[in-house]
Formats: sequence, C-alpha cells, structure tokens
Amino acid sequence: MRLIKKPLFNIVNNHLIDYPTPINIHYAWNFGFLSAMCLIIQIVTGIFLAMHYTPHVDLAFISVEHIMRDVNFGWLLRYIHANGASMFFIVVYIHIFRGLYYGSYAAPRQFVWVIGVIILLLMIITAFIGYVLPWGQMSLWGATVITNLVSAVPLVGDSIVAWLWGGFSVDNATLNRFFSLHYLLPFVIAAASLVHLAALHQEGSGNPLGIDASSDKVPMYPYFIVKDLLGIVAFIIFFSFFVYFSPNLLGHPDNYIEANPMVTPAHIVPEWYFLPFYAILRSIPHKLGGVICMIFAIVVLALLPWIHSTEIRSSRFRPIYRGLYWSMAACCLILGWIGGMPVEDPYIIIGQIASVYYFLYFLVILPLLGSLEKFLLSYKIN
Amino acid sequence: METPDYVTPLETGYKDDYHNAPHFNTRGDPTKRAFTYLVLGSSKFIAASAARVLILKLIYTMSASADVLAKGSVEVELGSIPLGESATIKWRGKPVFIRHRTPDEITLAAKDDQAELRDPQLDSERSVKPEWLVLLGVCTHLGCVPIANAGDYHGWFCPCHGSHYDVSGRIRKGPAPLNLEVPTYSFIEDDTKLLLGGETQR
Repeated sequence: MRLIKKPLFNIVNNHLIDYPTPINIHYAWNFGFLSAMCLIIQIVTGIFLAMHYTPHVDLAFISVEHIMRDVNFGWLLRYIHANGASMFFIVVYIHIFRGLYYGSYAAPRQFVWVIGVIILLLMIITAFIGYVLPWGQMSLWGATVITNLVSAVPLVGDSIVAWLWGGFSVDNATLNRFFSLHYLLPFVIAAASLVHLAALHQEGSGNPLGIDASSDKVPMYPYFIVKDLLGIVAFIIFFSFFVYFSPNLLGHPDNYIEANPMVTPAHIVPEWYFLPFYAILRSIPHKLGGVICMIFAIVVLALLPWIHSTEIRSSRFRPIYRGLYWSMAACCLILGWIGGMPVEDPYIIIGQIASVYYFLYFLVILPLLGSLEKFLLSYKIN
Repeated sequence: METPDYVTPLETGYKDDYHNAPHFNTRGDPTKRAFTYLVLGSSKFIAASAARVLILKLIYTMSASADVLAKGSVEVELGSIPLGESATIKWRGKPVFIRHRTPDEITLAAKDDQAELRDPQLDSERSVKPEWLVLLGVCTHLGCVPIANAGDYHGWFCPCHGSHYDVSGRIRKGPAPLNLEVPTYSFIEDDTKLLLGGETQR
C-alpha cells in the first residue's frame, strides 16, 4: 500500500488529492487555495524578518531601515511581507464576495462560513498589530486610535486600555506585546484555516449552481490542483508588480517618519483594507456607538447563514439578489473611499448614507427578500 | 456472603464474567458518600482557584511595570512660558499643555461657563490659578494630540476626527465625549515651578 494511503498521511490524500471536487467550479473558487498560499508566504517571510527586527521603541524603526539597507535581500523580504498583507486581504475579500454571490454561507455550510468570519477577525487583528511594528508615525497613531476604541467601554474602558498598553500610552511595553502576538496569531489563523477546510470537506464544496453536486465530482488532483497552480502563477505576477515596481503604493509615506508621541499626523488613515470599517466608525457621531457599529459590521457577516431567507443559494437563480449584491459591493467601495477622506462635508453625509445602507442590506433587505422571491415565483401559477 | 441490596447486577454492557462480577456493580457504601463528596468538592475548588491564580498572574504581567510607574512626575519651569503662549511637556509618554492665559482668555473662558456644554464644568474648577491652564494633550475621542490656537472656539482642534475645544479645554463640537483631562499638579518653589503628578493642591 502506498504511504499516502496510510493513517495520518491519508489526511493529505483525503483533503488535497482524492478529495471529490464538483466539476463545475470556476476561477472564483481559486481564492481559498490562494489565501492559504498568502498565509504561508506571510509566515515564511515573517519568520525571516523576525531574525533581523528589534521590538524596542528606540530601535524598531532603525532595525526596519537596517533590514531595508543592510540585510541581504532584506528589502525583498520586507516588501513581500508588507505587500503580502495587502495581497492577502485582496484574495480574502474576493473569497468572501464569491461566497456572498454564490450563497456559499447557506446551509449546510454555516459552520464553514462562521469559522471564515473568525479567521477574518484574526487577520484584521494580526494585520493591525503588524503595522505597528515598524514604529513609524502611522504605526504609533494608528495604534493609539484603535486601542483607544476600547476606552469607549463604560466604567472599565480606561483601565482596560492602560492594561493593553502596559503603561500610560502606546509605548515600549505595547510594542513588545504586539510583536509577541503578531508572531503567535498567524499560527492561530493556520489552525483555524485547517478547521475551515475540514468543515468544508465534511459537507463538500459548493459550486456556481448552488445545488447538490455529489453526482458529478472529480478528484482534486490533478484537475483542480493544476487549476489552482495556474491561478497562483497569475497571482504571483500581480503580486510581483507591487513588490518590484511599486512597493510603497499601498503604504502611507508618513510611516517612514519615526514615531513621535508629541505630534499627531494631520490625517490618520489606516491601511486600505480597513478603510470601509473605519468609515463606519467615523460616520457614527457617538464614540461607543461608532465602535459597536464597526465591530458589528464584521460580526453581521457571521449571521448571514441565518439571515439568508431562501432555499436557493446561487444568485444565478436570484435576479433581484444579483442586483442587490452589486449594490453592496458598490457600498463597500464607497465606504472604502470615504474612510480615506478627511472628516468634512460632503464626505460625512455620504459615509453616513453608505453605513446605513450597509446595515439595512443585511438586517432588513436580505431577511425580507426571500418572501418577495417566493411570492414572485408562485405569482399567477396557481 | 449475602449480596447487598445496592448492587445492580449485569448492567455493565460487557459480556465477560470479569465485568459482570458482583464487585464491579457495587455502587459503594452510601454512608461514605459525604466524605467522598467532601474530598472531590474541595479538590475541584483547589483546582479552580489554581487556574484562577494562573490566569490572573498572566493578566497582571501585562499591566504597567514598576519602571513605567516610576516615571510618574515631572517638574516644569514656569518662567520660560511667556503670557499668551503655551508649552508642551512630555509626561507619562503623553503631551501636557501648559497655557499661560491672558486676562482676555480668562474672561472668555469664564463667559463660556454659561454656554451649552457637553461635559459641563466651570473654568474655575479646571484651573488652580486662572492664568495657568494645565491639560493633558490627548483628545478624549481617540487619543490624538489636538493643535493649539485652532478650531471654532479659540482653544484646541483635533485634526484626526475634528473635535473643537474652547480656551478652557472643554469639548464644544465634534465626536469627543469629554473635556480635555486636567492632570494632577501643584505649584512648588514659590510658584516658579509646576510639579506634574502627585496631588493637586488648591
């Protein structure tokens, strides 16, 4: 018997080689594999960066410059890691929007989806604390703004913030613990991803038709492994454009100024992948309310399997939903644009309208849409 | 020997004689149960308190360490701050604004006591001596450093999310919920120096 069929090794066989895959999945289904590749790229480059980085307020900024200038191929390592975070979010956002379009969250894959939302939350925390490590101005002030969100908690908020900081402000103790957690969390994400995969393979992959595909499946290897490999070649070309030709396009120039707790940059913006959530935070003219809405904007995704109000999964058979889906995609892009703009008119009102629509879509429109669709489906038939 | 009545024979689910022997089905002597529960219950209590201590110690390690707490107080020479100017001092890793207010500013601040305030506080409550206004330079919204002599109320303006503070550092407009915090301080050495930290003496 071949080694791969023996216990322990057969896990690889069952999930990556002989795994029965629906024949009709198209390139939108490449992004799960791609996100796994992104995680591996981040972990590998991160381990090597940690060999040269110093987590101390006096040395962190300098050690990053040391990596860029002195370490052999240090610039490549850091640019892959920094842009890799952006690539990871691009891939994961496409993966999520594929799930939204084809109803991948619907029964029987609710658990897969919920684990996915947990992975998204872990990724957001990991990326945020990773951005603090270079100890530039945006690192410090981004960390200050985001950790202060916790101070909105009634009564104990301020004590929790002081505990998070390990002092009176974002300082050396904060930087050290962020480094420790930034090293730990990717492995937690890796473990959660394995659960995500195992839960998916329990019920079997979805497909563009959103129907039960058990009658028409082929083994993952060679068919879909080859398709995934073609996808990763295209992805690496895209990735390389940023790493080699425009490595600082997605970053903020202020982060090349060393952190200074006495001067706040005129305009604090988070990394692009947080902008929609940041826009929601700023659109609510109430501190605690803003924080709750921002967190709920992510948590509401986890409720989708129960918000979903129809038996049909794929939007190929839901024309009204298809239009609404693109309106939601546009809403997220608008929120992203507003998140990068200063707090002034007309951006405030546009942000508020988009934020209201975001929650209206998930909490009112989607739950009611199923009834409308059922009514239209049976209209004048009887 | 007679079989005690609390033995229930043949309920083990095993088919062999060993598992079905009478001693295997004995539920124990009921008179000893109180002692058994005492031992079990107290062991569980000890295990739970050990877990609690372990978790708490780990949480405590993340609180401010002794060296961070030791940098609690700073002395400031007041003679170097001319009338109408403000100085920014670093204290506990945060900026502190010390403003030498002009009589006009003090009058304006006192007049604003009557205005509609989100976090009502009299100007006299916010300063020990009206000419010296001492504030923590941290916006109460999300912790940015406000800019002096800016905003709609001639006080401070936070560039991050647009909060306006008046000449007494009170929140007037924007998302911040509270006035700029007044740290504890006292005047020392015949009022020539200001000591940040410690107790406020009026």
